[in-house]
Amino acid sequence: MSNRITARFAHLKSEHRAGLIAYMMAFDPDGETSLDILKALPAAGADIIEVGFPFSDPMAEGPSIQKASERALKAGGSLRGVMDLVSRFRETDKTTPIILMGYANPVEQMGAHAFAHAAKAAGADGAIIVDLPPEEDIDIREALGGQGLSLIRLATPTTDDARLPVVLEGVTGFLYYVSVTGVTGGQAIGVDAAAAAVARLKRATDLPVAVGFGVRDGAQAAAMAQVADAVVVGSTFVDVIAQAGADAPAAVAAKVRELSAAVRGARKLG
Amino acid sequence: MDARRNWRDLPDAAGRFGPYGGRFVAETLMPLVLDLERAYAEAQADPAFHAEMDGLLRDYVGRPSPMYFAERLTQHYGGAKIYFKRDELNHTGAHKINNCLGQILLAKRMGKTRIIAETGAGQHGVASATVSARFGLPCVVYMGAVDIERQKPNVFRMNLLGAEVRAVTSGGATLKDAMNEALRDWVTNVADTFYIIGTAAGPHPYPKMVRDFQSVIGREAREQILEREGRLPDVALACIGGGSNAIGLFHPFIEDEGVRLIGVEAAGEGLGVYNRHAAALNGGKPGVLHGNRTYLLQDDEGQILEGHSISAGLDYPGVGPEHSYLKDSGRAQYLSATDDEALAAFQLCAEIEGIIPALEPAHALARVGEIAQELGPKGLIVMNLCGRGDKDIFTVADALGKKI
Repeated sequence: MSNRITARFAHLKSEHRAGLIAYMMAFDPDGETSLDILKALPAAGADIIEVGFPFSDPMAEGPSIQKASERALKAGGSLRGVMDLVSRFRETDKTTPIILMGYANPVEQMGAHAFAHAAKAAGADGAIIVDLPPEEDIDIREALGGQGLSLIRLATPTTDDARLPVVLEGVTGFLYYVSVTGVTGGQAIGVDAAAAAVARLKRATDLPVAVGFGVRDGAQAAAMAQVADAVVVGSTFVDVIAQAGADAPAAVAAKVRELSAAVRGARKLG
Repeated sequence: MDARRNWRDLPDAAGRFGPYGGRFVAETLMPLVLDLERAYAEAQADPAFHAEMDGLLRDYVGRPSPMYFAERLTQHYGGAKIYFKRDELNHTGAHKINNCLGQILLAKRMGKTRIIAETGAGQHGVASATVSARFGLPCVVYMGAVDIERQKPNVFRMNLLGAEVRAVTSGGATLKDAMNEALRDWVTNVADTFYIIGTAAGPHPYPKMVRDFQSVIGREAREQILEREGRLPDVALACIGGGSNAIGLFHPFIEDEGVRLIGVEAAGEGLGVYNRHAAALNGGKPGVLHGNRTYLLQDDEGQILEGHSISAGLDYPGVGPEHSYLKDSGRAQYLSATDDEALAAFQLCAEIEGIIPALEPAHALARVGEIAQELGPKGLIVMNLCGRGDKDIFTVADALGKKI
């Protein structure tokens, strides 16, 4: 299951380093530019890519990704359009894992099986549906699983030891640790707190653990890379895209290179 | 309808009303809603909680609200007898306070020290600010920037009551965006904050909890109409935005099969006008938003529409999940009324009953005549007059082309 994801984490392990997971919103600022951005990310050092699909009411996002979602909708971004971008990306990149990320309603309107089928056909490897906790994700999880794709689950600081088994039940791919309570783009936690959190998760699962939320610069990314299997960076890249306009592909690639260098330079603890 | 249904057993343990309801929230909030569910179950089982609630409803809110025979409106239509359940006489001028009191008592039990709420027209914001003042808790109310402009008197009321009103500029800057922002606050301030949701929607247990707190309306109405008329009504009628006043009226009658339950949605400029109405049940389809699965106004891609109604309180693209289930099952029937019909009913009620209703129940008033005539003089209707119209005089003057 999830061969590209599993293969990528195995590769990262062989290099004794953490990976960089880069988030971008499809159709931000428009379809073609976002495809150029997507194509530029692996060479710049993104090990895994989360491709956001827009939703009118992104209630777990901070201002950066909210605005990206609004721009993407204005540019005509639809779930089918996002699938099309991914399949065009796959024409030239056969190895970088792609995780589709967004909210339940666009998926629900497409239908769980149609979504899973389209994601597989496009060459995506998994999905994160922010407003589907384990209690509500059975339909989409089984549909994705039927296509050999992973539904990536989130663990958070409020996911206590009593609840953690619920989150880990049936999960594949990797576990995404949302390191702070809050919306995307907030403050990062310190490395000690992240280390403790990752250690707690590692005691409960053999899956790779990615840490995200609030990672904005090289120093923070390097700190997280010491303790996690992958570091997720989103709002920072989205901000660069928002500011760069037509130069977004080159500008975001430069930012990804900076953070990737920090992640690659970090010495793994423990 | 299926008589074997155990209506009172809903929602199930997963917060479902058939396919509707549920808990569609980010993992960060999931432990909080589970905690809330436990705390609510404990409170429900605690006589002290009910005693405190009942005392406040009586002495602070002014319950029971009267059951009033609208004699001249009845004569005007020449059909069934029309009674108003007068929840507009409550403290703060609407039914919203019933729910806010219940939730703040729960917040206190849970040791929460900060209240947040969303508001559209400002009635739920005012009610939340009111109970927060009463219990000495700081209160932040999220309100769309567009609504702040439309509802300045209520913004000032909230300020007088000590609440902080935060303008929301994302999306269309109205009620659904305010709810998004309140959820963002909650996910950020998980330890100390209690989110008072204003309608019978949101993640489980909110739809059940809000229904239970609002059911005081229907319990009183049932008792009062039996006392006055010696029988149950043929129709229980209420307007529907999120649907908290309607579910509060309906639920105590739900097993009385002879009582037709009728909700009236806001048809805005007409059900046929794309994105210019707020009738989720009549013009939407099921989807997931704000923590629950329910009927929603949305496009083919699953993007939520803003909708429109002259009544800010009905101007919401969703509806409580229990109403979605009542619609599909056929136990309740959902009609609609346009802005113009509501305006006409608003004026009629003011002129012949001497009651200025809120624009929300004016939508129910817009359908009461036809229902009364269909039932005939032997019929009996109980309509929830869930809010008073003081807040709406500027909107109405504007719609009528008058300056005040």
